[in-house]
Amino acid sequence: MSQEEYRRATLPGHLDFELPAEEAVPRINGNHPLNGRTPGKPAPAPEPEPEEPVGEEPRDTVDIWDQRVAKGLAFLRRRLAGAYEVDDFGFDPDLTDSMFLPMLKRLYRDWFRTEVFGIENVPATGGGLLVGNHSGVLALDAVMLSVALRDQHPEERHLRLLGADLVFRVPVMSELARKVGATVACNPDAERLMRNDELVGVFPEGFKGTGKLYADRYKLQRFGRGGFVSAALRTGTPIVPVGIVGAEEIYPMLADFKPLARLLGVPYFPVTPFFPWLGPLGLVPLPSKWMIQFCPPIPTAHLTEYADDPMVVYNLADQVRETIQATVHDLLAKRPDPFGL
Amino acid sequence: MVTSDNRPPRVVVVTGVSRFLGARVASRLAAQPGVERVIGLDPRDPPPALAGLLGDVELVKADARAASGAIADLGAEAVVHLAVTSAPDPDSGGRAAMKEQNVIGSMQLLAAAQAAPRLRKLVVRSSTAAYGASFKDPAVFTEDTEPRAVPRGSFARDILDIEGYVRGFRRRRPEVGATVLRFAPFISASAETTLTRYFAQPVVPTVWGRDARLQFVHVDDALEILHRAVVEDHPGTFNVAGAGVIVLSQAVRRAGRISIALPEGTLSSLAAVARNVRIGQIGLDQIDWFVHGRVVDTARLTEEFGFTPRTTAEAFDDFVTGHANGASLTADRLDAAEKAILEGIRAVRASAAASLGSDKP
Repeated sequence: MSQEEYRRATLPGHLDFELPAEEAVPRINGNHPLNGRTPGKPAPAPEPEPEEPVGEEPRDTVDIWDQRVAKGLAFLRRRLAGAYEVDDFGFDPDLTDSMFLPMLKRLYRDWFRTEVFGIENVPATGGGLLVGNHSGVLALDAVMLSVALRDQHPEERHLRLLGADLVFRVPVMSELARKVGATVACNPDAERLMRNDELVGVFPEGFKGTGKLYADRYKLQRFGRGGFVSAALRTGTPIVPVGIVGAEEIYPMLADFKPLARLLGVPYFPVTPFFPWLGPLGLVPLPSKWMIQFCPPIPTAHLTEYADDPMVVYNLADQVRETIQATVHDLLAKRPDPFGL
Repeated sequence: MVTSDNRPPRVVVVTGVSRFLGARVASRLAAQPGVERVIGLDPRDPPPALAGLLGDVELVKADARAASGAIADLGAEAVVHLAVTSAPDPDSGGRAAMKEQNVIGSMQLLAAAQAAPRLRKLVVRSSTAAYGASFKDPAVFTEDTEPRAVPRGSFARDILDIEGYVRGFRRRRPEVGATVLRFAPFISASAETTLTRYFAQPVVPTVWGRDARLQFVHVDDALEILHRAVVEDHPGTFNVAGAGVIVLSQAVRRAGRISIALPEGTLSSLAAVARNVRIGQIGLDQIDWFVHGRVVDTARLTEEFGFTPRTTAEAFDDFVTGHANGASLTADRLDAAEKAILEGIRAVRASAAASLGSDKP
């Protein structure tokens, strides 16, 4: 990890921590010593203690605690006075970045140990449509994908997720979804976002993906009619297929208790080794190892006139699906142990 | 453009002049050069506060039914239909009277307008409630969005009926330029509507688990758009709203009020009780608005009219300045509280550091 990477990966408050300079590798008889360290790769950076930041007295003039208190109070005042901006879709960047992102980064980094590949395939400016595989009962993969973009992308781009209308039917959930920038998965909204040069995230498998059994893990489900493709074609937005590995293991779904699901009006009722047996404790996701791979973008600007051609749309959707499936297999080969480091 | 004639219409009939919007539009039209006669049509006498505005307006005390002959006899060239009520008034017949005025009144007025030979312009006040309220709705409505289902609010249903009559009118009199203006809720420092009264309460009930995206249009901007729709030619349907969005919780906070979140069912029943004892007029229209919110695209309006209404945030700020009393959590007080707390924490930390520092080398 370089100092630059460390700065991007760090939590607020750790900014003034300097990584130790890379020490010269001592050589024995001209060879590298086999102390578990491969040449060229520096020792893993000592993990800073998140609970006790930077000793008793932070370096020199910068009083980190004073800054934090002031920042927190300013945030509180902004929220209570309503002095923040919300866009047409209800996206509240102030709340998302100041409150949700720090919590989710913990989950992303410390719990799931997420690794990201191919972030350079995500456009730095302009619209983009990220299409991913969906799994893990509660759609945490969508959340982690947006954290990954904030965390790893050089432009720290926000991801605008498209969610099922069930999400917007449920109180509290609908409010949260709108605040973090999600909107209803429908073509007018997707096209409007892409025309506004936003990065849009979509999971065409929908509930078929999140509600599949553990036995079917990493088998991509049907992609519907490919409405997401026609939205991209109409706006000439590049499509970036994304493979996500790790979300299948967080809630290994052994069975789907359908009668109860029908009674509650939800698409499925998961039965995992821990849920519903342990009650709310069963909602703690298992600490699987996550990997996210962004594939090279598929340009669509030359296909704008085919947006209404069902075969072009279907074939492109199929191509995206095949790419994601292949990417998921590659990532699984990189990750022999689902719960390893 | 439907008519080749770009002059302002010489004879204009305005309905609903006993109310704020109608009276303002009529008086401004009467002052417009080129407009010779402005006839105000209303079954009721204007209140004294508005009567002063209507000096140059010929008042005809009649409802649309009785006036159907008058529109043709007067040789009206433009009809401006503003007699659309957004909430039932318990003092004048409640919901039945509201529907009578909105739906039956519009039907009769449009029938009379259809029979007027010299008519070349029709301007109808509509509302963004025409888009209904559904969880599957797109976040932003354009003029071409169709409502997914018949809305449950009475005003929204009336609006759909009125727009249906206008569609029929357009089919039968294609040479008349018909302008339908879908207004977002009105707001200003002085306007008195169901919603301004709602936001002016010291404690504002909201819906638990929802934070609706709201849009407003400033009354002055609405008047400007209405005036331009009459004296210029802008046939078609247009959303009229201030650009941008504020969410309900944010609106309550900016107004310095305190919100209490109630489940939707509780709020509905409380609103029904309040209506029955006549202390409020929050109906299903408003509750749907609090649950779903409503945001419209105004690109067509700004392009066609060459006029950009002030943003929703600016319009709401104007309301806030006009209703400063009753606010408890104002921005100034919060600012002062922030400074005081920050100073307090700094002082405590400084003294703690000093006492710790004395033990240390």
